Amino acid sequence: MTVAIVGAAECDLGVTGLSVLGLQTQAVTRALADAGLSLRDVDGIATTGVARFSATSLAEHLGLQPAWTDSTFAGGSAFEMFVARAAQAIDAGQCHTVVISFASNQRSARSRSLGGAYEPHTPEAQLEQPYGPLYPASHYAMAAGQYLHKYAATREDLAEVAIAAREWALLNPAAFRHGAGPLTVDDVLNAPMISTPLTAADCCLVTDGGGAVVLTSLERARDLPKPPITVLGYGESTTNSSMSAVDDLTVTGAVASGAAAFARAGLTPADVDVAQVYDSFTITVLLTLEALGFCGPGEAGGVVRDRTLPLNTSGGGLSYCHPGQYGVLLLVEAVRQLRGECGARQVSGAEVALAHGTGGILSTHATVLLGVDR
Amino acid sequence: MSIPEPDEMTQVYWDATRERRLLLQHCDACGHTQHPPRTLCTYCGETDALSHREAAGTGVVDACTVVMRSPSPDHEAPYVVARVRLPEGVVLISNVETDEPHAIAIGDAVRLAWRPLDDGRALPVFHPDHQEN
Repeated sequence: MTVAIVGAAECDLGVTGLSVLGLQTQAVTRALADAGLSLRDVDGIATTGVARFSATSLAEHLGLQPAWTDSTFAGGSAFEMFVARAAQAIDAGQCHTVVISFASNQRSARSRSLGGAYEPHTPEAQLEQPYGPLYPASHYAMAAGQYLHKYAATREDLAEVAIAAREWALLNPAAFRHGAGPLTVDDVLNAPMISTPLTAADCCLVTDGGGAVVLTSLERARDLPKPPITVLGYGESTTNSSMSAVDDLTVTGAVASGAAAFARAGLTPADVDVAQVYDSFTITVLLTLEALGFCGPGEAGGVVRDRTLPLNTSGGGLSYCHPGQYGVLLLVEAVRQLRGECGARQVSGAEVALAHGTGGILSTHATVLLGVDR
Repeated sequence: MSIPEPDEMTQVYWDATRERRLLLQHCDACGHTQHPPRTLCTYCGETDALSHREAAGTGVVDACTVVMRSPSPDHEAPYVVARVRLPEGVVLISNVETDEPHAIAIGDAVRLAWRPLDDGRALPVFHPDHQEN
């Protein structure tokens, strides 16, 4: 691999009252400033959630005519996919400096609905939506139900994921729940039930926010102010659009995406010093840790409880920020941990980081491995 | 409740619901059964040998959740959304209609029932096997 992340930043988070393009501009310009680069250096843009023509709209807003764009819509994992595509485009010489960005004002705009946004022309609108599932919550709830049924796992194991995320958020001043105090098992179990067995505290936040990362060749990265964070490996897997397609909800596409990423990097889960794993729901983390090979099937509850793996060190989607497609912020936190910029929540000596995005209803999975430049 | 109009792939499925028959798409070339209906067999790729066969009307709960906050006025919480595994080899999203939603569990036997729609079609739903229709 010869590509590195050289800049990373958040836009304003929480409740901003700002527009999507305004937040995007914050994310992009702050990430470029972090990289020691300017807008004039950017010839590649990857983003979603701006408009139907997302990268096109953002490029025009920034006054750019990029040589490469990507607006693959895959939900929260798109940004880990973008890292792979950007690395390939830079390696192939199609472009030299790529900005991957996302921003949402969903909390300020009150644009999120429990039932989700089924498109009337899809099979799911005819055959699944009429039964009233919450989208995506009921799918994750069914996966959680299967998980608890299949293994000797309990709702307390799910709750522990939210509790651990809150512990990190208390160390991160940018976290939405930074000042909320610690979470207890009872807090999670007694929160309003949404779709059994998931309570509101098993579900990620709904906030504004977003971020951006800047990629360029490793050779060029070594001349820039911040230490380069190299792209070591990546992999992805797309498994389902509907709630009925996958045979076993407890086995996700992270099995394939993780295996591909580790093989490409020549690494194993034991080499990972810090992991950022998409926590749309508490169950998502347990399923993903097992799929990626951090432990065996049914064992992820123990990994979380033992706090042996530094996980979702920003506080995650559960306690830090969840702007709807959270994947870009997994990358931002991974980069900051590898640079040693994380202050009270810094993982000592972190040299290899994993970022794993999950989109839709366990639909899309993308894994990225990042490392310090050796 | 407003459900989108059928398209050429789902017309046969929805028409049969007017007669309270649940049809599953069958590939006459390879024997594969699939749902939702499509214009090709996802197992062998055949596009010209697709027919429909009536489901037996039995099933087993493969996964379920009790929705506690309704997403629309069409549904009154609490209610059960389930993945129902049919003996024909497909999984459907449906409701298990019951007065005791929290008693429904993975592995429960269920059988087909129908919820009429205003336009003459009907939604295939399921009842616990021990419950009178």
